[in-house]
Amino acid sequence: MPFEYRGDIAHADVAFDAWAEDLAALFREAARAAMQVMVQDLSAVRQTETVEITLDQSDEEMLLFDFLNELIFYKDARKLILLPAELKINKVDEGWRLQATLRGEEIDPARHRLSTDVKAVTMLRFSLSQVPEGWRATVVLDV
Amino acid sequence: MNVPTALKKISDTVWELPASYKEGMLVPARIFATEKLIQEMDAGVFEQVSNVATLPGIQRFAYCMPDGHWGYGFPIGGVAAMDPGTGVISPGGIGFDINCGMRLVLTNLTADQVKPRLHQLVDRLFARIPTGVGCHGFVKLSHDEFRDVAEQGSRWCLKHGFATRDDLDMTEEGGRFSGADAAAISDKAVERGYNQLGTLGSGNHYCEIQVAQPHNIFDQEKAAAFGLTVPNQVVIMFHCGSRGFGHQVATDYLKLFLSVMQRKYGIKLVDRELSCAPFHSPEGQAYFSAMKCAVNMAFANRQVILHRIREVFSDVFLSSPDDLGMRMVYDVAHNTAKLEMHDENGRERELLIHRKGSTRAFGPGAQGLPECYSKTGQPVIIGGSMETGSYLLAGMNSGAQTFFSTAHGSGRSMSRHEAKKNFRGDKLQRDMEARGIYVRTDSFGGLAEEAGAAYKNIDEVVEATELAGLSKRVARLVPIGNIKG
Repeated sequence: MPFEYRGDIAHADVAFDAWAEDLAALFREAARAAMQVMVQDLSAVRQTETVEITLDQSDEEMLLFDFLNELIFYKDARKLILLPAELKINKVDEGWRLQATLRGEEIDPARHRLSTDVKAVTMLRFSLSQVPEGWRATVVLDV
Repeated sequence: MNVPTALKKISDTVWELPASYKEGMLVPARIFATEKLIQEMDAGVFEQVSNVATLPGIQRFAYCMPDGHWGYGFPIGGVAAMDPGTGVISPGGIGFDINCGMRLVLTNLTADQVKPRLHQLVDRLFARIPTGVGCHGFVKLSHDEFRDVAEQGSRWCLKHGFATRDDLDMTEEGGRFSGADAAAISDKAVERGYNQLGTLGSGNHYCEIQVAQPHNIFDQEKAAAFGLTVPNQVVIMFHCGSRGFGHQVATDYLKLFLSVMQRKYGIKLVDRELSCAPFHSPEGQAYFSAMKCAVNMAFANRQVILHRIREVFSDVFLSSPDDLGMRMVYDVAHNTAKLEMHDENGRERELLIHRKGSTRAFGPGAQGLPECYSKTGQPVIIGGSMETGSYLLAGMNSGAQTFFSTAHGSGRSMSRHEAKKNFRGDKLQRDMEARGIYVRTDSFGGLAEEAGAAYKNIDEVVEATELAGLSKRVARLVPIGNIKG
C-alpha cells in the first residue's frame, strides 16, 4: 500500500503517510490519498476534463504543498475531482518544476461516494524526504 | 495519559504550564478544564499551547478552552492576546476556516407542531441548502461582486434582500468587520470562492433543527431575553464558515509569512503552522485586511443560508418568516483575530485577540453588544455533536480572565480515521432516526466521522466553562433534524 491514513495525529483532521520509489510517483500517491478523503471510490471518477498545470518551487517539499493545494483549488473553483494522468518533476536552475496533466470530472453526488471536504494542506508535521527505499511524505489535511 | 508533570493545578478548572516548561515561552500557558477533561486531553494540546506562548508580544497567558484538542499551530480552543505594537499576527491562531461560526435562529413553533412535518422540512432544507464536497451556491456573482461581498459582509446581504436590519444587529460586529480590503486578496482566492456563497460545506458543518425542552432551561430570565419563551420551542442552529475563499486566504498568507518570518523579521520558527509576521508590518497588515474579507464572506454566507432556511419554513408552514417568529438570537465567530479594548490593571488597552476554535463571550454591559443583551451578556452558541445536543450560554464579567473567550464546541476525542473504523454512517442514520433525530447527508463516511462518541461530553465541557466563570448555561438544545455535507 503506497499510502496510509494515520489516526495518531490531529484528531479533527486527516493525516496520511505516502511513499514511493521516485518523486513523481510519490506525488501521484499523495494526490490519491488527498482526493480519496473527498471521494471514497476514485475509480468512479471519469476522465472527461483535462487541466494542464506547471508549478515552480525552490524546494521539493513546498512543491508537494503547492501541488496538493492546486488539486484542492480546482475542487472548489470548478467542482473538479482531478488526479495526475501525466506528471513530470525536473530540477531547474532555481529549484524544481512540476508539469502535470490532470484529468477527472465534475463532482456528481449521484455517482461519486462523497466523503469529507478538504479545506487545506496544513504545515503540521508536513514533510517530504528521501529514504533508502525512495521518497516518503507525511501530510495533514484540514477538513 | 498525556498530562505533563510540569502541569500545575491553579483551581478546579484552571491548569498552568509554567514559562519554564519549554524554551522560548514568554508567558505561562493556561488550560481551562475539569480534572476529567484535562486527563482526557491529547498530547497535542500541551505541545501546541506552549508553542503559542513563544509568540512575540503575547500578553498574560496562552490559553486553551475546555473543548481543546490537537489542531495545527494553535490548539483548537486556543486563545492569545498580542500587544499590537510589539506583537505578531499568525494565521495559525485563526485557522484555515476563517470565521467558521454558529448562528441560532428562533421560531415560535413547538416540537409538536414541527414533528409531523419534520421529514418534509429536513428534506427541503437538504435540497435547498447546498452541502458537501465542493458545492456551489445559488447566488451568481461576478468576481467584482464577490469582492464587494468580502468587503461588505452582511451589509451586502441587506442591500440585496437576503437580510433584515435586525439580522445585522444580532451578528457580531454587525456582520461586517471594518477595514476589509479586497486589494489584499488574491485572484486565486476569489476564483476559488465566488461560486460558494450560501453553501454549508462538509465535515463538522451542519444545519440542525433543535428543541428547547422546559427541563433543559437553566436560566429562565436569560432564556426569555434570548427569545426562548414557549415550552418545547423549536430553534435552528447552523455551523459553517468562509468556504474555499477563506481557506485560500489562509493558505496564501501562511506561505507569505513563512517566506518573511525568519529572513526579514528574525522571528524564530517553532512550528511552521505558527508562521507569523509583526502585526504592524506590511505583510501583517495585508493579512489582517484579507482575513477580514474572509470574515465578512463567512457572515454573508451564513446570512444567505438563513435566507434559504426562512424560505423553507415559510413554504412548509405556509406563513411568512415574521409570522413564524424567525428572528436571530445571535451569530458568533470562532476563528478570528480582532482588535479589542480590554482592561489591564484598571486601564483600557487595545489588544489583538486571536481566537481559534473559541467564542468571544462578552459579559453584561460590554460595549458592542446589542442593547437587548446589555443586561444578560452576549449569547454564546456552543454546538455539540449531532447526536447529543448543543447549548446556548451567556457571557459573564468574570470572563475577563480569558479576554472574554470561551469554548466553541464539544471538541473531538477520537480521530476521524478511528471514528470511520468504529461507526457506519448508514447504521448511525437509522439508529438516530429511531431516537427521533432525522438526518440527511451527502456522505455516510462523513456522517460516521461525526458520531457522538467521537466527541467529548458536551455537558462536561459547558459545565467547565461555567465553573471557570467564562460563560453561563442558559439552555440545552436537543436535535430532532439535521442536514450535513
